Amino acid sequence: MSAGVAIVTGSRKGLGKHIAERLLAAGWRVEGCSRRPAEWSAEGYTHHELDVSDEAAVVRMVRETVARHGRLDALINNAGIAGMNHLLLTPRSAADKMFQTNFVGSFLFLREAAKAMSRQKRGRIVNFSTVAAALDLEGEAVYAASKAAVESLTRVAARELGASGITVNAVGPTPVATDLIKLVPEAKIQELVRRQAIPRLGREEDVWNVVDFFLRPESAFVTGQVVYLGGARG
Amino acid sequence: MKAEIVELILESLREQSAVSAHPELAAPTPETRLLGEKAVLDSIGLVSLIVDLEEKVAARFGKEIVLADERAMSLRYSPFRRVESLADYVVEKLEAAS
Repeated sequence: MSAGVAIVTGSRKGLGKHIAERLLAAGWRVEGCSRRPAEWSAEGYTHHELDVSDEAAVVRMVRETVARHGRLDALINNAGIAGMNHLLLTPRSAADKMFQTNFVGSFLFLREAAKAMSRQKRGRIVNFSTVAAALDLEGEAVYAASKAAVESLTRVAARELGASGITVNAVGPTPVATDLIKLVPEAKIQELVRRQAIPRLGREEDVWNVVDFFLRPESAFVTGQVVYLGGARG
Repeated sequence: MKAEIVELILESLREQSAVSAHPELAAPTPETRLLGEKAVLDSIGLVSLIVDLEEKVAARFGKEIVLADERAMSLRYSPFRRVESLADYVVEKLEAAS
């Protein structure tokens, strides 16, 4: 897809920031969000402070974006939180929080973005899964389940939105050295990495490469797919 | 308020008649069916109507509402059954938003 207008959620830091910057460098206009104020700024970038599970705030952001630019070409549903704990020691509040951000947040942005895109009869939506969902990793039951829900959302949305010219795909990153995994013990990360076909940590550019592929004009016939990095398979 | 909303819905339906062959779409009434076998819209048409209506309501009343409901696809209980029931539903949402 040639440069247009994109929403990138969770763009304050980490992968979201990297993707927003790559899009801006390619000439896109980007609207991002996070719960806290942005720690960076750039020409063509607008930041919104919101919780992705706050329906009214999501509706407002998407409508403001469309009103400002007159279009919405891509949604990068990156915002997410991770957590690691033994299943029997996981509090209900952690499960609620993870599903609210990872699944409900992705669902709300997808729904609102797809409304704008269906009017244009074109659009690209990229959701974020994880290799933890494919590998059924011990200690990540709730996180993996919330991302498995995102994968189902991706596949069903691809079918429901295909006739409207909207593709919906997901990328499943391996651990990347960002804040998302800073609380996960090093030994656990190494154990996970060993289960990949290519045993190394992911890089931000690895994730960008897949996002970029889904956004390309030539990828108009690619939808409902989940691409895992590092050769992770269930 | 309801009369204005009915008019917004009818306007949106008339606009859809440009892309749909259903004869009733060109001259819809408050009784026009939006759901089921006798509906003037298919499921994609209904979604387009809802999306368009959300936008029209925001422009006219300055309030962002979301027209989503668990009963959406129920032939008996859906607020999207007919133009009039949809208008009642929009009034309800607008009142809740104020």
